[in-house]
Amino acid sequence: MHELGIVSGVVEVCAKSAREAGASRVLSVRLRIGDMAEVMDESLRFAWEALTEEEPLMRGAALEVEDVHPASICLDCAEEFEHDRFHLRCPACGSADTVLLRGRELEIASIDIETEDD
Amino acid sequence: MAEKTVSLNEPILSRNERLAAELRQRFAEHKVYVVNVLSSPGSGKTSTILATNERLRSRYRAAVIEGDIASDVDAVTMKEAGIPAVQINTGGLCHLEGNMIKQAVDALDQGVGLDAIDVIFIENVGNLVCPVDFDLGENLSIMILSVPEGDDKPVKYPGIFQHAGAVLLNKVDVAPAFDFDLDAYNAVLNELNPRAPRFSVSATHGEGMGAWCAWLSEQIEAARA
Repeated sequence: MHELGIVSGVVEVCAKSAREAGASRVLSVRLRIGDMAEVMDESLRFAWEALTEEEPLMRGAALEVEDVHPASICLDCAEEFEHDRFHLRCPACGSADTVLLRGRELEIASIDIETEDD
Repeated sequence: MAEKTVSLNEPILSRNERLAAELRQRFAEHKVYVVNVLSSPGSGKTSTILATNERLRSRYRAAVIEGDIASDVDAVTMKEAGIPAVQINTGGLCHLEGNMIKQAVDALDQGVGLDAIDVIFIENVGNLVCPVDFDLGENLSIMILSVPEGDDKPVKYPGIFQHAGAVLLNKVDVAPAFDFDLDAYNAVLNELNPRAPRFSVSATHGEGMGAWCAWLSEQIEAARA
């Protein structure tokens, strides 16, 4: 159930940013989540419904999730390659010396807000 | 009424990451090496920490931060073994977070003092999913799997095995009683986390503990250099 902790982090950061930007409410939130972060979409949305209810600025806000597929770079042969959650070895030279470039993101990309202009 | 998009590009757990960075700096200032110990409940975190300390105590002064949902059973065990220990009760939360570690480190600092500690073992809450997301400022995360849990755990919980800087297979003394397929286990980890060294140990009987402790000492020395 780390989705609850993740969503509570999202709500906290978004509400604060929206307040600073003078928002009257948050319309939508875009997240970037790597496949390797092991986040369950259903649990995420369940937590989203529960926690946005409690924050007036966030009530009714839509949740959009961009899935980020993993990719790594080989430090031996410089091959850049996409992979699943299990195979992190370089497919070109077999090296284990690889570094993850993306795929473990837990980020808030942006929020759409409504402001009350005079 | 107007609508606009505010670009954030901020880590969701940014508050924890800030705390982790502060902790990391504090540990470095006091030359404290921190090991975050991860596993499911009952795989031998406590006995591995005790056995590791037993072998390294002549070289390093250890302290332990215990994370549990409830009770102080593990902290009492550590104190009985002569190791300074602070118990954190998460009250239901399935992992430790930076703010809890900060409080525990403050308590250790007020107690024995951080300069009197070389290594802190953080015994995380037994869980194979959630602790991965929460950086605690550690130098090293280790994953302990025990033989009775089965060889398929890396397939079922790839994230935590991928995250680990070393993987210990514990309770190898009871391997004959379980059909743990060591080849299958190694084959998965060869792809999932080929860089992390693997140690087969029995924390309570001592098998393999020498190799693990020698490697850990090397890491501690490398961090100090």
